[in-house]
Amino acid sequence: MKKELTRQQYLDLYYYMRLNRAVEEMMVKLFRQNKIVGGLYSSLGQEAISVGTAYALEKKDWLAPMIRNIGALLVKGVRPRDVFMQHMAKYDSPTKGKDGTSHFGDLDNLHIVSPISMLGDLIPVMTGVAMAGRYLGQRIVAMTWIGDGGSSTGVFHEGLNFAAVQKAPFVLILENNLWAYSTPVRKQVPLENLADRAKAYGIESYIVDGNNVLAMYSTAKEAVEQARAGEGPILIEAKTFRRMGHAQHDPAEYVPKEMRAYWEARDPIALYEKFLTGENLLDAKGRKEIEEKINTLLAKERDFAENSPLPPPEFAETGVYCTGDDCHKIRAKWERPIAEVTPPRSSVEAVWTVPGFGSGKGSGGAHAPIHFGDTQPAETKPAEAGKSAVQAPAKAAAKKTVKAVPASASRKARR
Amino acid sequence: MPGTNGSAPSGTQVTFLEAIKQAMFEEMERDPAVILMGEDVGVYGGAFKTSEGILERFGWERVIDTPISESAMIGAACGMSYLGLRPIVEMQFIDFIVCAFNQITNFVAKGHYLWNAPAPMVVRGPSGGGVHGGPFHSANPEMYFVHTPGLKVIYPSTPYDAKGLLKAAVRDNNPVLFFEHKFLYRRIKGELPAGDYTVPIGKAVVRRQGKHLTIISYAAMMHTSLEAGEALAKEGIEAEVIDLRTLLPLDEETILNSVKKTNKCLVVHEDTKTGGIAGEIAAILCEKAFGDLDGPLMRVTSLDTPVPYAPTLEEYFLPNAKKIFSAAKELARY
Repeated sequence: MKKELTRQQYLDLYYYMRLNRAVEEMMVKLFRQNKIVGGLYSSLGQEAISVGTAYALEKKDWLAPMIRNIGALLVKGVRPRDVFMQHMAKYDSPTKGKDGTSHFGDLDNLHIVSPISMLGDLIPVMTGVAMAGRYLGQRIVAMTWIGDGGSSTGVFHEGLNFAAVQKAPFVLILENNLWAYSTPVRKQVPLENLADRAKAYGIESYIVDGNNVLAMYSTAKEAVEQARAGEGPILIEAKTFRRMGHAQHDPAEYVPKEMRAYWEARDPIALYEKFLTGENLLDAKGRKEIEEKINTLLAKERDFAENSPLPPPEFAETGVYCTGDDCHKIRAKWERPIAEVTPPRSSVEAVWTVPGFGSGKGSGGAHAPIHFGDTQPAETKPAEAGKSAVQAPAKAAAKKTVKAVPASASRKARR
Repeated sequence: MPGTNGSAPSGTQVTFLEAIKQAMFEEMERDPAVILMGEDVGVYGGAFKTSEGILERFGWERVIDTPISESAMIGAACGMSYLGLRPIVEMQFIDFIVCAFNQITNFVAKGHYLWNAPAPMVVRGPSGGGVHGGPFHSANPEMYFVHTPGLKVIYPSTPYDAKGLLKAAVRDNNPVLFFEHKFLYRRIKGELPAGDYTVPIGKAVVRRQGKHLTIISYAAMMHTSLEAGEALAKEGIEAEVIDLRTLLPLDEETILNSVKKTNKCLVVHEDTKTGGIAGEIAAILCEKAFGDLDGPLMRVTSLDTPVPYAPTLEEYFLPNAKKIFSAAKELARY
């Protein structure tokens, strides 16, 4: 971190984690009252990740949540009523009842891309968002999340590789919560640190304590700044634990009791409260005020959601196609001179030269092959070191810049 | 050379391939939001040279050579479209589009319906057989996508339509799949107007007037159907030949108008038989023109097999004018 957070920022992080948890607790109640139409997923114990990373984004930046990133949506400005109504399939919900859970977005105002259930697909999509933003001169960063299980999909690798090749301003948060439904991470990936996946694409990675909101925030902030500066995509592995089952129906009896107990003792909100109290940023009164604020807000939001109707049946037939300008006026927002990308300024030489190997037809230039006469073979370039904040206590992470530690060192330290 | 700046003087005969290239040049010239992405589209100018010279004209930011990652390029194009760009993605061979099946059918196609997110993008590439490409370079996978609400599927047969429909596809606010029959690339020529024009998506066209039966086809088989139509005329059978041009949304009106006139319908497609568009057309006719039919709907299609490699096998596999002629004669007897 370049500088310490303001008091308000410290409290914002707390507020959003509490809000995230309260929204999900209210949805559990709604679920038990049969008011939630489909499945209900929980991010209990992972709130620090959603909140800490999304809080590092600017308003103009783009994000795409997964099912356990309600917190990120709230930080980006989504109203709790929208989350409730999505789950209750209400007509006033962002998708007007056509989809549920966190499957909704907002292209125009909040810059949120909706996920789909197939894991990994958001990675190339958000790479495209990042590339388009760069092309238009918007200086935006795109962020999305993936789980340990989702990192096994083919499209994860296609997408991250493409992002790396393109040096896209893209930050990927890998939430290693140890479980993909009932499958432990050991059966998913034969790696101690999933951040190591970044090495295959020559991109930087970080390993962070996912239950430490300040470590999450400061690492994400650094990554976002790097990405915005044009240094390419960054992978952040957040070490955490999925406290509930895959969804409400799953009691997760396959999780060892000792493992659960270990992580329950490391609740991200309790840890952060301890830090805030120790720093005199929060006292019992302040805490009560925040609780009351959230309770009042959510009661109102829930009432609104409950009063919204289900969509009329024939609404199912509408909206397959965009019908044109009357439906959506699609206009790219240029923040650079268009002349830079239109001929003749965009034109390139039709010949490329590889030093020591002569010329070829087809405009290679800076994009020429890397080991056709490069003075230094690619293999001898130093590998990018992963950076670790895994053992940084909340207080330390909050007070000083997270120092880069090679991922291998942190591995050694934990053995 | 017409291809270098995308414009052709009036009256020039250009190939199907040149028409596609012109459409891309002109659309990129017209709108800086249009970019081209695909394997070998830049330095090499595309495996079939459909994008030759585009990199030199528009530069690296707008002409992107990608890794061999169909899901990544289609996913990225979708993300770009959310910021108002209008990407064209080339599949080196359309066979490889199925590598990105999930991205197209689940992400790209459903976005507008589910969360009001239009994805103005085009996925195009060379398709079809008859050039001994073998089982993985000859496919006609259009019907996988005709079954996917939210997409538009175009499969033109003439240079004029190829150019006009590709331009319309780029300007459309929806994801459009654009199939280019590679057999036609350098074999079919046509005259193109000098100025800008588009051809409406979703409209079929009557290529040959007739009164005895209707032959419905598209792409390369449209030309084969016309050839059969000439042979039939010599026997006194006047076939009306309809070129569908767009498979989704399908132009039911043109189909119904013709069949209500001729009362007989033969569908010819290079796609395999089961699950081909002929089955859908048969259902539409049963629902909306049952009383007008004087004979069974007949089909001439490829065999229900993968596309075989050997010339003898592929020839046997594909429809041809002789097979169309025989089927049409049989149908005319009703």
